[in-house]
Amino acid sequence: MAETSPELARLEGMLLIRAYEEQLVALHRDGAPGTCTSVGQEACAVGVVQALDGRDRILTNHRSGGHLLARGADPGRLIAEVLGRVDGYCGGRSGSLHISAAELGVVLTSTIVGGELSMAPGVALAQKMGRGEPGGIVAVFFGDGAACEGVFHEALNLAVHWRLPLLFVCENNQWQAYVHRLETMSDRAISAWAEGHGLPVRVVDGNDVEAVHGAAADLVAGIRAQGGPAFLELSTYRQRGHFEPDDQAYVDPAECQAWLARDPIRRQAERLRAAGRLDAAGLAALEARVAARIAAALAFAQASPMPGPDTLDRHVYA
Amino acid sequence: MSTMTLEQAVQLALREEMGRDASVLYMGEGVATKHADMVADFGADRVRNTPLAEAIIAGTAVGAAASGLRPVIDLLFAPFMTYAMDALVNSAGKLRYLSGGQFSFPLVALGMTGAGWGVGGQHNHNLEAMFVHAPGLKVVMPATPADARGLLKAAIRDANPVLFFLDIGLLHQPGPVPDAVDQVLPLGEAAVPRSGRDVTLVSYGKTVAVCLEAAAGLQADGIDAEVVDLRTLKPLDEAAVLRSLAKTGRLVVVQEASGLCGVAAEIAALAAGRGFPFLQAPVARLTGPDAPAPGNWALEQAMVPSAQRVMEQVRALVGTPALAA
Ligand SMILES: Cc1ncc(C[n+]2csc(CCOP(=O)(O)OP(=O)(O)O)c2C)c(N)n1
Ligand SMILES: [Mg+2]
Repeated sequence: MAETSPELARLEGMLLIRAYEEQLVALHRDGAPGTCTSVGQEACAVGVVQALDGRDRILTNHRSGGHLLARGADPGRLIAEVLGRVDGYCGGRSGSLHISAAELGVVLTSTIVGGELSMAPGVALAQKMGRGEPGGIVAVFFGDGAACEGVFHEALNLAVHWRLPLLFVCENNQWQAYVHRLETMSDRAISAWAEGHGLPVRVVDGNDVEAVHGAAADLVAGIRAQGGPAFLELSTYRQRGHFEPDDQAYVDPAECQAWLARDPIRRQAERLRAAGRLDAAGLAALEARVAARIAAALAFAQASPMPGPDTLDRHVYA
Repeated sequence: MSTMTLEQAVQLALREEMGRDASVLYMGEGVATKHADMVADFGADRVRNTPLAEAIIAGTAVGAAASGLRPVIDLLFAPFMTYAMDALVNSAGKLRYLSGGQFSFPLVALGMTGAGWGVGGQHNHNLEAMFVHAPGLKVVMPATPADARGLLKAAIRDANPVLFFLDIGLLHQPGPVPDAVDQVLPLGEAAVPRSGRDVTLVSYGKTVAVCLEAAAGLQADGIDAEVVDLRTLKPLDEAAVLRSLAKTGRLVVVQEASGLCGVAAEIAALAAGRGFPFLQAPVARLTGPDAPAPGNWALEQAMVPSAQRVMEQVRALVGTPALAA
């Protein structure tokens, strides 16, 4: 039995996300629908989600695989959803872009950029008005591109003035689809905008899972204690393209290389190795365990049937 | 029976539903200011002034509705709903479906529209058909105070997002309202405020009264017109329209909104399809023009189909020789 610790669990959590998304890329090469992967951003998902607990609710967006897996989603049901199968979390109606899993507290996933920001204050308001589990808070994940939407400011302003228990998590991965964010905003714009709204703001290295986790835990504790919202900006990088397939011909190779050198998984593995808590065999064992889970997940998903066309108009109205 | 205006009937329904169900929430720009009595009765938590930001008012309502609350949002004038459209159309209308039924969105969005105050096209735009076209939403537009109360109560209790349009021209018109507290009118049921044999006039909102006036005028010509008030535009009570058409064989659809791809077009398509065996004359539509509402009272009034135009249209149809032998 290998040593277990939160740090190792975070490493394994990131390895699972990486293996899952690499599997999706491989499936895409075989003709499955494309997806938005979060390769390179695993520390954001794992660090923040591990700072939450079961009472909390999460809203996410098109790049949701990491958040869902970090929350304990079954990779088999996720792959089934991406492949449009009935055993997917949404019965095969979502595909990869808006996967919610209410049973895990991952609600209202929206692929309208900014949609998650528009709905999160309402989820937090319901929480504040006693409709959620006592003491719960809400975390909303969004990108640097979403911060350019007007509703970003509307959501921050409302959350501050209504003192909503809401953690804003901006994964600043430098890219807004095919546009580099520095073409659309000044370097420190996002945190400056957030500060202007008057809530606690932290900017953290989003490729260091321990730093992410520590900052998220602090902010979550503050929200639980004081009630009002907080803001976490995570500097990270989208290592793969926006949506598979994407040859990334538009990406500056030097920038990409610099960020690849700061890969969050390698960093966590090296940290644990340097501390004498992980050796090559231990890492290989983690990787093998993750690979086995993904292989089983794939088999499960591929065995699941497609929904019939007779279900086309099901779930339009309650 | 009491007498009250449509605006008072809306407030009555809200009060009744807020008293009945603690999850009902009322929010908007100024609702707490205008309804201090409701703040006093239901608490500042449940009657909320919001920032002047329709997108987040609607988005917040959508998030809250999926999380156990029943928000009623006052978006003031219907054109402001376009700022709220993303949350209503893309989130409330689609995320139940896309999530495989994991969420429901019991919310009501109120908006005023229609000729009456000469406020111009950025405050008056009968854009209800835009929402009728969006899956997952329901759309209501009442013509009387009693219907406004009963339909709003049903809308608040409904598990789906409901766009509830208030016709500006009717807001201050008094009408009888039953005293019974539980006067709930199911969504999706048209009313027949006047029955007749010769021609069916289908409308909703303030042009229902125009049709009733025309029907009264047509009596002198010996023409017996039936008036159907749709009340709910989605779901549309197709059966009620077909029932009436089967009786009369002639159809005039009247709406204040512009014609292209509007509700009247949908009713005409219904008549041309399932109603075809009943038709004894071409279907006629009387609609507002494809123009923004002018900020000029006289011009604004000219947008609304008049009883005179309805009567002329009906006389022309009744003069049409029956196609069926
Ligand atoms: C309202 C809206 N505009 C545009 C898009 C197309 N789109 C999808 S993801 C995306 C980039 C979003 O960038 P960001 O918010 O930084 O998130 P990231 O993809 O980097 O995770 C774009 C432009 C969309 N889905 N919704
Ligand atoms: Mg981005």
